[in-house]
Amino acid sequence: MRLGVLCSGGKDSLFACMMAMEKEEVVCLIALTPRNEESYMFHTPNVSLVSLQAEAAELPLVEMPTAGMEEKELEDLRAALVCAREKHQIEGVVTGAILSVYQAVRIQRICCALGLWCFNPLWHTDQDAYLDTLIKKGFRVIISGVFAEPFDEKWLGIPLDHASVALLNEYRERYGITLSGEGGEYETFVLDAPFFRKRIEIMEASSEYHNYRGFYRITRARLVGK
Amino acid sequence: MILLIDLCFRNGSLGFDEFVRPVARIVHHLGNDAISVHFRSVTDHFLSQAEAVILCGTPLADTAFLAETGAFSWLKKTRLPVLGICAGMEAICTIFGGTIRPCIEIGMTEVTVIGNDPIFQESGSFSAYELHTLACNNLRDLEVLAVSNQCIQVVRHQGKKIYGVMFHPEVRNEWVIERFVTLSGEEGISQ
Repeated sequence: MRLGVLCSGGKDSLFACMMAMEKEEVVCLIALTPRNEESYMFHTPNVSLVSLQAEAAELPLVEMPTAGMEEKELEDLRAALVCAREKHQIEGVVTGAILSVYQAVRIQRICCALGLWCFNPLWHTDQDAYLDTLIKKGFRVIISGVFAEPFDEKWLGIPLDHASVALLNEYRERYGITLSGEGGEYETFVLDAPFFRKRIEIMEASSEYHNYRGFYRITRARLVGK
Repeated sequence: MILLIDLCFRNGSLGFDEFVRPVARIVHHLGNDAISVHFRSVTDHFLSQAEAVILCGTPLADTAFLAETGAFSWLKKTRLPVLGICAGMEAICTIFGGTIRPCIEIGMTEVTVIGNDPIFQESGSFSAYELHTLACNNLRDLEVLAVSNQCIQVVRHQGKKIYGVMFHPEVRNEWVIERFVTLSGEEGISQ
């Protein structure tokens, strides 16, 4: 089955992409690039760098700008899926949704209306096991945004590794965050994945942080050999 | 051991991760073993080892199982407790003389309990996650236990320990699976 992967640049969509590649044919990545940092549906920091990830994975990218306003985003998503079907003959869509009924329902409805299959291979996954596998499989992931207490600015740009996951576990116990960040507590960006032919090297980045809310913005990056 | 049956179009499909694995996780948390098998590979060997069976759901676009209802004929003779989820309920409905009609519900829906039953007693009404394009009609051997505004949501066989739920209890109503598994173990579901 020819599938397009809805890709935010973060760990969940690219891990779902790897799962889809193991069972079906992934023919493109699909990204909506919101201009609104409060995007209801789509992960925001560094989403414009998805094109570099697509190049690293040697996959074509269907990119659709969106104003990031709640219901308008859904029209833009629909347009992106129609475009992916016309350009790459996708029969279905893959998402990295884990727990968000809000996100999953809206994508399911659009896929249903368009006659596309919809797969959420991480749906209700065991989050401890998922993060452990992510690291062991060789994904290189950084924290690209934090949006909740008690994250401080030291989190911005650090790798998601066993040490940071141990701290996230503590935060889960003490502050009730979701381990995978599915509740929007933090966002990630993938620099390398097992199916990337090249990896992304950050050449220039800046951080912006205020009151438990921060962004790590990659302003220059390039692909290098693995 | 609880036998989980994968109703997706192909063994080992991406739908397994989304519709079978979350149910397995709940069963494991209850301290039970779970074995999963594709619906085309169900044999007496698997059924004879099981204490109960759960027929899992499929992606919205995946209705291939409805063209192969012969693969579910074991339901007619089994004495095991069975819970069919969404596609699983549609398979149960078809085997026991019901019909299937188009009916789309995607998202959270209010479910109202209208029948007496050890699993759903005192539930009143609750909000449930729906993901279906078909619904069950014209039930013969099945009693209706709960409904939504659009369709039948829960059925129970009148002479067997067989249930069907149209909503996905693994998403927001894990208690349904927990009570089904617990009551199966205690023989608490009477025929």
